[in-house]
Amino acid sequence: MKGMTIIVKTVSSWVKMLIFLFGIYIIISGHLTPGGGFAGGVILASSYVLLMLAFGREFVEENLSLPLASKLDCLGAFAFALIALLGFVFGGTFFVNFLVGKYGQPLELLSAGTIPLSNIAIGLKVGASLFLVILTLSTCCKDFKPGTPFDGKE
Amino acid sequence: MAEFYILLLFMIIAAVIAVETTNLLSAVICVGAIGFGGSLMFLFLRAPDIAITQIVVEVLGLIILIRATIARDLTFISGDREFFAVVISVVIIFVILLAGIRAFDTLPDFGTPVFTKVTGAASQTYISEGLTRTGAANLVTSVVLDFRAYDTLGEATVLFTSIVGATVILRRKPKKLLEDLDQ
Repeated sequence: MKGMTIIVKTVSSWVKMLIFLFGIYIIISGHLTPGGGFAGGVILASSYVLLMLAFGREFVEENLSLPLASKLDCLGAFAFALIALLGFVFGGTFFVNFLVGKYGQPLELLSAGTIPLSNIAIGLKVGASLFLVILTLSTCCKDFKPGTPFDGKE
Repeated sequence: MAEFYILLLFMIIAAVIAVETTNLLSAVICVGAIGFGGSLMFLFLRAPDIAITQIVVEVLGLIILIRATIARDLTFISGDREFFAVVISVVIIFVILLAGIRAFDTLPDFGTPVFTKVTGAASQTYISEGLTRTGAANLVTSVVLDFRAYDTLGEATVLFTSIVGATVILRRKPKKLLEDLDQ
């Protein structure tokens, strides 16, 4: 699979950055406007999926390889659990918002204590894991031939 | 209320087409149309958080389904349905419809949720004290990531476990098996 036509390639190379920036905006302003970590992470993953559909799987695997994506996935999950544990250490309760009121005013971008940090962690985790599952599914389906048992041999 | 009935009709028509068509690609696109209708309904119900999540997950799920169907060369379904399976499906749908009618009769009217009548309900606390206690202007985020953060941790764990299972099962080269074959 070497990707689609040159029209699709050109348009997706223009649009990919806008989609990625929109995902980052949805994540970091999740405590002010609708959105949040989950939706933003899915948008981040879909920008890479667009590249995968337009340019082929090998092009995407050069940019964001499978081991790196699984490392990002684990990093997001670990950061979310770490924020919860820090609440236990500094606030006395698991998941307590120990940073609330320490910086910024409400309705500003830098506010709301640990909520933006949790949003970033969840966005990283969801984006990396959805990208991972689509990459894995496309790898599996590429080698699959109907009627023959799939045993993983090349 | 009229727009809800129009959207509901649109979604029912799309669902019937998705079930009845023999082309798998058209069926996948009809499933996507159902999802977009649901997202518009959430938008009319003034729930933009759910609408955004619904629409992005629908688009990405559609891409997964398209890749899974196109790559397998099985884009057309042939053969008739079994009579017994159709009868069972109709009976189950009828029972669920009767149970749904009974359940919807007990619900309060549209626009008057239960927690406005109960004093001391948790949702009233979320709405009145959410901004001062968490500092987040979006009350949905303050509930999801502060008051009810355990739920979010559970969701993240479910997602993590499913991704681990998918990557292990659908791995391209089973490492242990190849090593055994070499020996």
